[in-house]
Amino acid sequence: MRRFTLIAVPYVWLLVLFLVPFIIVFKISLSDTALAIPPYTPTLDFSSGWEGIRNFFAGLDFENFKFLTTDDLYWKAYLSSLQIAAISTVLSLLVGYPIAYGMAQAPDEWRPTLMMLIILPFWTSFLIRVYSWMGILSNEGFLNQFLLWTGIISEPLLILNTNTAVYIGIVYTYLPFMILPIYAALEKLDISLLEAAEDLGCSRLTAFWLITIPLSKQGIIAGCFLVFIPALGEFVIPSLLGGSQTLMIGKVLFEEFFSNRDWPVASAVAVILLLILIIPIVLFQRNEQKQREAEG
Amino acid sequence: MAQTVFAPWLDADEKPLIQFKNVTKRFGDFVAIDNLTQDIYAKEFFALLGPSGCGKTTMMRMLGGFETPTEGQILIAGQDMKGVPPNKRAVNMMFQSYALFPHLSVFENIAFGLKREGKPKPEIEARVEEMLRLTRLTKFAKRKPHQISGGQRQRVALARSLAKAPKLLLLDEPLGALDKKLRQDTQFELMDIQEKTGTTFVIVTHDQEEAMTVASRVAVMDEGEIIQVATPADIYERPNSIYVADFIGDVNILHGHATRADDGYDIAYAEGKAPLHAKTSNDLGASAKCALAIRPEKVSITAKKPAKVTNAIKGKIIDIAYLGNLSTYHVEIEGGHMIKAQTANTTRLERRSFTWEDTVWLSWTDTAAIVLEG
Ligand SMILES: Nc1ncnc2c1ncn2[C@@H]1O[C@H](COP(=O)(O)OP(=O)(O)O)[C@@H](O)[C@H]1O
Ligand SMILES: [Mg+2]
Repeated sequence: MRRFTLIAVPYVWLLVLFLVPFIIVFKISLSDTALAIPPYTPTLDFSSGWEGIRNFFAGLDFENFKFLTTDDLYWKAYLSSLQIAAISTVLSLLVGYPIAYGMAQAPDEWRPTLMMLIILPFWTSFLIRVYSWMGILSNEGFLNQFLLWTGIISEPLLILNTNTAVYIGIVYTYLPFMILPIYAALEKLDISLLEAAEDLGCSRLTAFWLITIPLSKQGIIAGCFLVFIPALGEFVIPSLLGGSQTLMIGKVLFEEFFSNRDWPVASAVAVILLLILIIPIVLFQRNEQKQREAEG
Repeated sequence: MAQTVFAPWLDADEKPLIQFKNVTKRFGDFVAIDNLTQDIYAKEFFALLGPSGCGKTTMMRMLGGFETPTEGQILIAGQDMKGVPPNKRAVNMMFQSYALFPHLSVFENIAFGLKREGKPKPEIEARVEEMLRLTRLTKFAKRKPHQISGGQRQRVALARSLAKAPKLLLLDEPLGALDKKLRQDTQFELMDIQEKTGTTFVIVTHDQEEAMTVASRVAVMDEGEIIQVATPADIYERPNSIYVADFIGDVNILHGHATRADDGYDIAYAEGKAPLHAKTSNDLGASAKCALAIRPEKVSITAKKPAKVTNAIKGKIIDIAYLGNLSTYHVEIEGGHMIKAQTANTTRLERRSFTWEDTVWLSWTDTAAIVLEG
């Protein structure tokens, strides 16, 4: 009985917090828009018995998914999101790996402080932090003022409301998710392995390439997924920092829901997004499992 | 059959392969190696023996290029090693922690160093196969280090360091994780490899039996200093200090006062007892405090006082340790001192002549005991 409860808890959790909402969204995606509250039909009507249930199912169809294929806005938005998420992930890796490496090399007594500094931004609201980037990146922002003052540029750089600002925002926001798993992997790395590699004829650089990188691979993969997955559906950053040409599926989704009040289409967009996300999530889980096996 | 004795350290013309010249290594204030000077010759099997923390690993790491001496010089083949990185030294090291690459298979681990040399693939494979056979790991070639036992891992580490056939091989406690049988086999294997390849070995061990078995010379260390360097037989028969005598094998130590007498010393070890006599060429001066070191197997045990023996002491058997081939008698002599005497069990157990509480005589010859400063 105890065993059963133990196993049941995570499943109930999953059911309540993931599966039920997903079924509701999926159901809405099969409905039609209506000027009503809620703004779609059909709704389940138990008062008319079997007849009501049959009518309810008859009212469901895949029209909204077909609609998504007719307007190229949607697949372009998906592709563009994939691209932005992928580029942001690579940029985060390029910035995050050296930071994680530096942390792992730092003296023991510094490490908790460095760790604190990485986590510190989470103590302020995400929204406020993104807003402050607007203050930094805008034409009259700190960055441009500073660069103008130093004389490096004579015209302010146009960064805010471009994709560049979106990349900066995403990399900034998700960098800790890249750093922490890589740091965890590098911290475990036994220095004597690098010494052994040198002993066997490697230079420092080859030893890094042949030993350090492969042994932090799991951390790199975990970090990439942790950045890629949320970046793909990101809405706040492209809305606040991006421009009109920044096309991301999170923004489209928001507009369908709140501007167009077309809940069924918005739900269909969300369902597809989720299906796209399932692939990296499954790969991520498999990576974690592999790591656990390698350690066990 | 004329066999020349291998003793390059006695030959003044011989150039040493490794030279430590007044090497001191400090970690902060802590002195790990203290002004050490030592030559090691090509084709030697040089064993470093000493308690944990005495600086054995530090010496190896300086030879491998992982630590730099704070003071002094290390020369390998006449060349000052200062500033030469580990990958530029014809030295390979087997790490005490093995340091196997966890993401590579046993085969790839052994092949690692060979690949760095850019040798052709078939040659690498042949060499790795040879190493696998030598260390009896052929069956495990495809496994990852975490899929094999501790002893097997140790053999992989050994094979990996041997693969490049280095001029100088540093082995840091290479056989610690092996069980006794396999350890002995591997010891002979090592000596065999050494004979075949002419590689110079420096081996760290805290197992004195191992050092005695494999080494051409043994260095006994304590607190960053080498106390004595000699062949295994000399270390055992002619220790230069109580520390060495006590560290290598079992020994009885009797403290006393030495006065010169004919070809050695008379040692007064207890009030009102006839002094013991030991022949020696050691010079303690005319009269001094001293310690007499006697190996248990050199002490005879008899029921009656033997005639014509200078050194005889009466005592009572307190304890008998039966070791199968040997028995060790713990005998309390007058004055409360314990002396161990060891005899070979050539007769069956039930016909042994002594038992607990028996009064016996312990005796030894003039040359059996060593007079040491004490
Ligand atoms: N990197 C280091 N920093 C500080 N102390 C060290 C370091 N390496 C070794 N030591 C100290 O030097 C002494 C000798 O160490 P080591 O050579 O490893 O001893 P052994 O191998 O003989 O057991 C030990 O007391 C050890 O604590
Ligand atoms: Mg050691």
